[in-house]
Amino acid sequence: MHALVQAVILGVLTGGVYALMASGQTLIFGIMKVVNLAQAAFVILSAYLTFSLFTLTGLDPFLSILITTPVLFVIGVATQWTLLRPLRPDEASQLSLLVTFAVALGLEGALALLYNTTFRSIQPGYENFSWTVSGYQVNAVRFYACLLSLGMLGLLYLVLRHTKLGWAIRATVQNPMSAQLLGVNARLVAAYGFGLGAATAAAAGAVFGMISPFNPGSHYDLISRLLTIVVLGGLGSIGGSIIAALAMGIVGSIVAALVAPIWSDFSFFVVLLLVLLLRPRGLFGARVRGAL
Amino acid sequence: MRGAGLLTAAVFFGALTLLPFAVGAQWLLNMLIFTLMYASLASAWNLVGGYAGYPSLGHAAFFGVGAYAIAILFEDSVGDGYLPFFLLPLIGVGAAVVSVPIGWIAMRTRADVFAIVTITLLFITQTLAFNLRDVTGGAQGKSVGVAPFPVDTYGRPFYYAMLALLGLAMSASFYVRHSKIGLSLLAVRADEDKAHGVGVRVTAVKLIAFAASAGITAMVGGVWAYYVGFIYPQFAVDPLLTIGMVLMTFLGGRATLWGPVVGAFILVPAQQSFAYQLGASQVYLLAYAAIFLIIMLFLPRGILPTITDRLYRQGKHGEGSRAKAAGSSDEVTRDALRIAER
Amino acid sequence: MTALLEVDRLSKHFGGVRAVDGCTFSVEEGTITALIGPNGSGKTTAFNLITGYLKPDSGAVRFGGHSVKNQDPARLYRLGLSRTFQQARIFPDLSVEENLVIAAGCSWRGLFGARRTRGDRLRALAMLEEFRLAGLADLAAGELSYGQRKLLEFAAVLMSRPRLVLLDEPTAGVNAVMINTMEHHIRARHKEGVTFLIVEHDMQLVMRLCDPVIVLDRGATIAMGAPAEVQVNPLVLDAYLGG
Repeated sequence: MHALVQAVILGVLTGGVYALMASGQTLIFGIMKVVNLAQAAFVILSAYLTFSLFTLTGLDPFLSILITTPVLFVIGVATQWTLLRPLRPDEASQLSLLVTFAVALGLEGALALLYNTTFRSIQPGYENFSWTVSGYQVNAVRFYACLLSLGMLGLLYLVLRHTKLGWAIRATVQNPMSAQLLGVNARLVAAYGFGLGAATAAAAGAVFGMISPFNPGSHYDLISRLLTIVVLGGLGSIGGSIIAALAMGIVGSIVAALVAPIWSDFSFFVVLLLVLLLRPRGLFGARVRGAL
Repeated sequence: MRGAGLLTAAVFFGALTLLPFAVGAQWLLNMLIFTLMYASLASAWNLVGGYAGYPSLGHAAFFGVGAYAIAILFEDSVGDGYLPFFLLPLIGVGAAVVSVPIGWIAMRTRADVFAIVTITLLFITQTLAFNLRDVTGGAQGKSVGVAPFPVDTYGRPFYYAMLALLGLAMSASFYVRHSKIGLSLLAVRADEDKAHGVGVRVTAVKLIAFAASAGITAMVGGVWAYYVGFIYPQFAVDPLLTIGMVLMTFLGGRATLWGPVVGAFILVPAQQSFAYQLGASQVYLLAYAAIFLIIMLFLPRGILPTITDRLYRQGKHGEGSRAKAAGSSDEVTRDALRIAER
Repeated sequence: MTALLEVDRLSKHFGGVRAVDGCTFSVEEGTITALIGPNGSGKTTAFNLITGYLKPDSGAVRFGGHSVKNQDPARLYRLGLSRTFQQARIFPDLSVEENLVIAAGCSWRGLFGARRTRGDRLRALAMLEEFRLAGLADLAAGELSYGQRKLLEFAAVLMSRPRLVLLDEPTAGVNAVMINTMEHHIRARHKEGVTFLIVEHDMQLVMRLCDPVIVLDRGATIAMGAPAEVQVNPLVLDAYLGG
């Protein structure tokens, strides 16, 4: 019982981090109807950048977010502008899958060349520190990561609600044609939206690097989890993906604690198949079939 | 036009059948085996990724299943050496059958969800390969019994096995193109909802393509395992394999008969010759990804369709490219479209 | 006698918007019925609900007396209910002839058979002859002009010999000649026993071609009757002109 509650606590905290990554993914899907298969690779890239900043300059991972966020934003915009924008519209949704997949693999290859494949982790000294709250361990890094996620999600919310870009993004998500008629520059929205989505990976990467060892190939595990989460939450619903992230964080954690960590990955796959079998639109999703 | 296609195929397969006798060097035969292997894989991938428009990003999982099936069944003895080859069809059918429920769930909604499921499938299969140590040998890998073939012509049976599989894959591709299944798949690819709306049996044709593709891929994996003799999970279930198949199909031209083959015959020798200079597999990853992105940007339709497009345009030279009402039938148009269709 | 198509208190909401709200009407066999209404009155949504592209929140749809709620579009198509789309959806990579062949359907056995059998081609060409598109048979459908696409889409959904055809704005965006062509083919098919339900904005066409006329406003039926009656119905005038 103790183990179960501990697992749930851990799960909620982990889920908070997933929520941040998943919301970036969902945002990109909402704007461009593109599943960004490179989202996890962006997270790993950020983890490596944070790692380098830390080992070379001693910069605290949480602080390095200030640097990595704009960097990832620029990378996201550049990726969308050079690789996704030129795709023909009628094939764009099929091809962008492959393009983002190629980007993910390219990043993996590049990181492997730069850092080789040994597992790294970011150890600023406090990564193992945890508080004991009524007999349960609460890992400090995960806790702060969760707060950070909430903070960044809040920031994202503010951007979406109260800035011109945010308004343009929401309009494009709801009705691209009308948005354009109202003067929204669809191409810029797509680029900046993708950039925003990539930027959410920056903070997630810093945290991820502290929580678990990673190497260039780690993006597979992560993207499988993220994709399960966004499908469960309903492609396109940020609120849904947050809830789904927490749920999957808990499920994954319970399975890891009660069965074995390896089967935690498997549980994501099982959930994915179950969702598609029973409720393909996810918990909060709109119709999943194509346009009318 | 049909005659020309058959002639090309006859010449192609005829030449390939005779090739091992003309080729002495083992390394060259080895390269040809891998070329044929990728040509088969790409052709099989084309069934579901090209004709149906559902890009499977996890086909390497089926390859691995076939590889491990052979490794497990023939761990110790391989009989007279030909037994594993004869068991391949069973493995293919088995993989096809197993793929149906997975495909059914994965293809229920749309192409991007399908990609998600297939990536996850790949990852899970690799994880299982690493972790079901009793069955797969885990990270230590698994050995396959050595075939008692004569040393100087050791590669030949494997070569012919791969050639046979290429023939099978291309036959499947040819059959799909010339059957209602193919017509249905192309409609699904163009506009799935509309296809649904005019009564196309969307689910059935998608599953047929997926199962055939999975079965052929598994058989190729089986031959590969037998040939290399010792398999590791990261190479048997290797994302690089998937991107290779996809890349070659895109390079040559999706939804064409010869496209994937052309793509393989260009890229495999290129990759093998670079292997000596560059070595590490991380470079392949980066290189494949870079080449793929370049193709996406500059040659999105692939080599064969781009060539046939050029021919078509030359034929149409001087007339408008838009037909207006009561257009007259145009021999050149008909023929050009038939070329593109081959 | 039951009508060929019965829509009974059909409802569909999108968020706060009630696109279709307790909509009820019926289409008698052998008619060319019009479905009109101001923009946003729910006509296309009603079509999507009837043909299985959308699931209704509540209400019933009966075709030929049998309930078809929650049926998928493919099954309905095979039962004899086809539709066209506002945007003229055809398969651009297939040839004009193949667009017809694929819409004609096939048996399970036929699925594994030739891509285009002799029978397929004969039937397709016959249809193309009727629509005077025979010269374009081998052209890729993507090369057609918008008007030709609409014609092709219409011809294609007739291939399955439907009982009821739902046409979604068949004359939107086409020139006067094409309007006449469309009208001609609708009348010709109607003579052969096909029932039509047409969403249209071209009032002159509606008045001379259709009877009865069903009027929707804000997702519900507000009038149904002969064109002359509907034309002077105060509710209808209000819906179109009022606030």
